[in-house]
Order: sequence, then C-alpha cells, then structure tokens
Amino acid sequence: MENQNLNLLDRALGLDGPSEPWPLSGRVVLIEDCVETSGSFVLHQLVKRSLSPTSSNVIIFVAFANPFSHYDRILRKLGCNLVTQRDNKRFIFFDMLMLRCPDEGKSSEGGLVLLYEKILKTICGLPGDKKDYVTIMIDDISLVEVAANGGSDYVLDFLHYCHALTSEFDCSLITLNHEDIYSSMERPTLILQMEYLADILIKAEPLSTGLATDVHGQLTVLNKGTSHRLGRSGNKIHNFHYKVKENTVEYFYPGSRV
Amino acid sequence: MATTKPRLSSFSRNLSAVSSSQTPGVKCGPNGTMFVSSGIADLDKILGGGFPLGSLVMVMEDAEAPHHMLLLRNFMSQGLVHGQPLLYASPSKDPRGFLGTLPSPASLKHDKSRDRESEQEKGLRIAWQYKKYMGENQPNFDSHRDNKQDYCNEFDLRKPLERHYFTRQRVNCVGIQDSKNLAALQEHCASFLAQHQRNDGSCALAGRIAIQSLCAPQCEHSNMDWEMLSFIKSLKGMVRSSNAVVVITFPPSLLSLSSTKRWQHMADTLLSVAAIPDEDKELAKLLSGYQDMVGLLNVHKVARLNTQVPFILEATTFSIKLQKRRFLVLECLNQAPVDGSSGSSYGTSGSCSGSSKAGTLDF
Repeated sequence: MENQNLNLLDRALGLDGPSEPWPLSGRVVLIEDCVETSGSFVLHQLVKRSLSPTSSNVIIFVAFANPFSHYDRILRKLGCNLVTQRDNKRFIFFDMLMLRCPDEGKSSEGGLVLLYEKILKTICGLPGDKKDYVTIMIDDISLVEVAANGGSDYVLDFLHYCHALTSEFDCSLITLNHEDIYSSMERPTLILQMEYLADILIKAEPLSTGLATDVHGQLTVLNKGTSHRLGRSGNKIHNFHYKVKENTVEYFYPGSRV
Repeated sequence: MATTKPRLSSFSRNLSAVSSSQTPGVKCGPNGTMFVSSGIADLDKILGGGFPLGSLVMVMEDAEAPHHMLLLRNFMSQGLVHGQPLLYASPSKDPRGFLGTLPSPASLKHDKSRDRESEQEKGLRIAWQYKKYMGENQPNFDSHRDNKQDYCNEFDLRKPLERHYFTRQRVNCVGIQDSKNLAALQEHCASFLAQHQRNDGSCALAGRIAIQSLCAPQCEHSNMDWEMLSFIKSLKGMVRSSNAVVVITFPPSLLSLSSTKRWQHMADTLLSVAAIPDEDKELAKLLSGYQDMVGLLNVHKVARLNTQVPFILEATTFSIKLQKRRFLVLECLNQAPVDGSSGSSYGTSGSCSGSSKAGTLDF
C-alpha cells in the first residue's frame, strides 16, 4: 500500500495505513448513490484496492446489476485484470442478473437462503490462508429486493446473515444501494438498518449546483471509529469532490483542483 | 496458464470495423459497444451516437401530451427501415394498428432544401445563438444518396411507412391490456431476444423492442409494483447479453415515488418528455422560437455500458420542434434576446442580474 498513489478516498477509508491486517477486515461498508450520481466507481476502486498485489484478499462479487464483461472492461482500464484474478481464484463472480425468487411466500426467501449458503460454502472451500481475507461485494441491494419480489424482510435477513460472516470469518461486506429510492418512503426500514449496520458510509451525490464536466459530484465518507486501532478513533466525516475518468478517479477538496 | 491466452487489449477495434460495414444501421461506439439510431438525428448526437445495443432506454411520459409517441414512432420506423426485427407491446386493443402511424423516411430532394434553409438562417442569428452552430459541421448532403444505408434517416411524420416494411416476420405486436400478468410479455421478449444473442465475434442483425406505457392503468398488472419491477429486471438481464435495444415508455405519475426511482435506476438511458403550455407569455419572453415548440425533452441519464465515466451533457433540456410540421428536431433552449428598449433585462437564468425573477425553466 505504501508505494501506491493514495487518494483522498483511500485515506478516508483508512487504507493509508499498513496493509496487514487489511483495514476493512470485519467491517461493513455501505455505498449510497442516486440517479444523478452513480456510486459504482467507488465499488470499482475497492475492487482494485482489494486485489492489489500486496494484499491477499479474495473477493466474492455478487452481481445483480451488471455482467462480468462490464466489470472486466472497467477494471482493466483501472489496471486490474479480472480474468486473471478469476483464474487465480482471487475474484469469484456470482452472476445474479437473472435471479428471480419464485412468488409464493416461503420460496421468496428460499432464493436468498440459497445465495447465502453458496457464499458460505465458497468461503469455507477456500484454502486456509485465504479464508481470513474475504471481501463480499453486492451490487446492488435494490435489485436484491426486486429479486425477492419486494420481500425486504428476507433481504434484511440475508444481510444480517452476511453481517454475521464479518465477525465469524473477519471478512468485509461492501454493498451498494440507491438512497433516493427510500427517501420518499414513510418507513425506509431497509436503508436505515443498512446504515445502522455499516461501519463506513460512503455517499455519492451531486453538487448543489448540479452536474458539471469537471466536477462530477461529491463524496461524503463517514467512518465510524473502530477499536482495532490503538485507541478509539471516533467518527470521522470526510467530504470531497470527485471526477471520474476511464483509468482513475480524481478526488479533491472543493476549489483545490491541481 | 493465463498468460498463454490471447488478451485483447481494450483498444482492439478489428471486430468492430468489420461489423459496422456489414450490418446496416449499426455503428460502433467506445468501450466495445455498438449503437443503433434512435431515429432522431439530433437525439443520436446528444446521446453520443445513439442507443447502445444491450441497453434499456426508458422514457417518462407526460400525462398532458403524447410526445413519447413521437420518440417511439421514430425508433420503430428506423428499425424497420434497416430491416431490424421489432417486437412492439402496447396496452391498446389493436397494437398492430399503430404500425400504420409510423413515419416514412423523407424523400431525398426534400432533405437538401431543408439544409439550405438552415444555412440561410445561420447568417441572421449568429449574435446570441452562436452556440447552436459552433463546432457543428453539416456535411449531410453526401450521405443522403442512399436512404436505406443511412445510420439515421430523416422521417417525414406526414408520410406513413410503406406496408411492406411491417411483414409478420419482422414485426411482432403484443397487446398487454388483457393479460393477467406480465408472464406472456416476458415470454415474447425472451424468445425475441434469444434470436439476437450476442456471440463473440459475430454481429447478427440488431433487434428492437418497444414497450409503450408499461404501467398504463388499463392493464391488470399496473398495480403490481413488484411484478413490473421483476419484469424489467429480467428484461434488462436478457437484453444485456443480446444485440437488441429495449425502449420502455411509462407514465411516472401513476407510480409511487419510490417505485419511480427504482424504474429510473434500472434504465441505462433515461429520458423524459414534457408538454409546453400553450400561450405562456412568461415562456414566450424567455425562450426564442417558443411558438414552434411542441414539447420539451429532458435527458436524465445516458447509458454507461462497460465504462464508469458519466456522460455529462452541457444542456439536458431540449425543445422538440416539428420543422415544416414534418420533421422532428431537437434544439437547445436559447434565451430570447434582452429587450434593450425597456431598459430592464428579463433573461433570468445564468445571468448575474441581481433582480432576477425565478424562471419556470432552469437551463
């Protein structure tokens, strides 16, 4: 990690420290975005960081939104070859684009239970040294709800089970959801619970002045302190602007474009 | 092991160069995507090429005006002119009848006169509308030699498409009003898309699916929120791996806010149309060419397949105009000139004047 060019997001996530133990181990990260500003680029950056040569992470990527080819092309431009990583068993891709849990009550839950079991089986099937460095990524939770025919309770159960894995196996759980879907609801249980569970909240939203070609939006990172470090670090909020490019993302404080 | 596999660099273009010349109506785009035309040249330009194959386009309707039909008609006609199979679903009793309202490509000589006219207009309007013409080369004359091979045709809304274009093999019409749920439509879409599966290397004929007013109230499924979302999700999953484009129009006023957001997130390209109030004096003062405007088109999201870079547009609101009441054009909104005689400026948005009244449009 020390040799890489670290950007503001890396620092906000605590990735600027030593890479062992992996700073996101055992932590839950929630990425929130909206129609105007997509937060997928954060997910791509986390994939890239997790698969860096200095770390020994394994990613289980549960995709509901885009197929493998989409991520492959994007990460290749970011300097990470997903096909190679997939062959080396460091990047395990679950294509859930066509998952649809059958309609009748209990079976809606069934589909997600099977998914959880598949994830658990994959983790248990990893060689001993890799088992401690798993990152589970889910893109994106609103589509998991659709796959479960609106059964938010089942989705929550599924997330809780995945969360349990973070303490059992020290794996990290990174999910993406669209905050604007829930903002008009009276009781947005799902998003509130997810925000509560999350150790790190990353929110991508447009600037108050709208979208522009040189500033694509702003990121707010809330990093709830952990007790892993020496002494509690307490909650830290970071806010900065970003511009997404093909092979990198530029992060900068407002007014300080270099 | 991995090193012996030939790795295609992200810049390989061999495949695309071959396919674009062989397949009419398909153009290669960046990041390994291929475009088909929307049927409206201005819209193709705004969206950076057209609609990418494998993407889902959604158009949000306005309850007060049927402008989404203009987009739908041109989209469908363009596909038929290029011989691209079409699946059309609508909540009307006779979906096939709609085909009779599709426009035909304009005749050649008419195109030339239109371009000449716009050339003349340029000289008069340079002062404040310079942006409209900046950087725009109009070498359209040559490419109009053979209408059929054009990527995007100019459609004459007053001339109906010749019947031989919509033979049964090419067009499948499905009514969605009477079915209990969306299972039948999903079946139709699945079998249609199975014929357009994308295989590495080959570029089979592109297909188009047009679904009109998906959550229209006369359909039984219109109050089954999750059923509709599920349908869209599986459609999106299927089209992603195929050489087809799906256009869905829907009236967002009939969905809950939360559902509307879900639909918007599922779209790769998101457009909306809005009616323009008749005889709105405020707007007439604010915008030039107000009288010719039929409606407004807003571009909310542009498809980002295989890339993470957002497509930021300089302007997102365009006026829909009918030139000579026949040809659909989209124009940037232009502020009307400040009336010097009255001594006060009433151009509001973007200006530094302190005493600005709030405009109804923000652009």
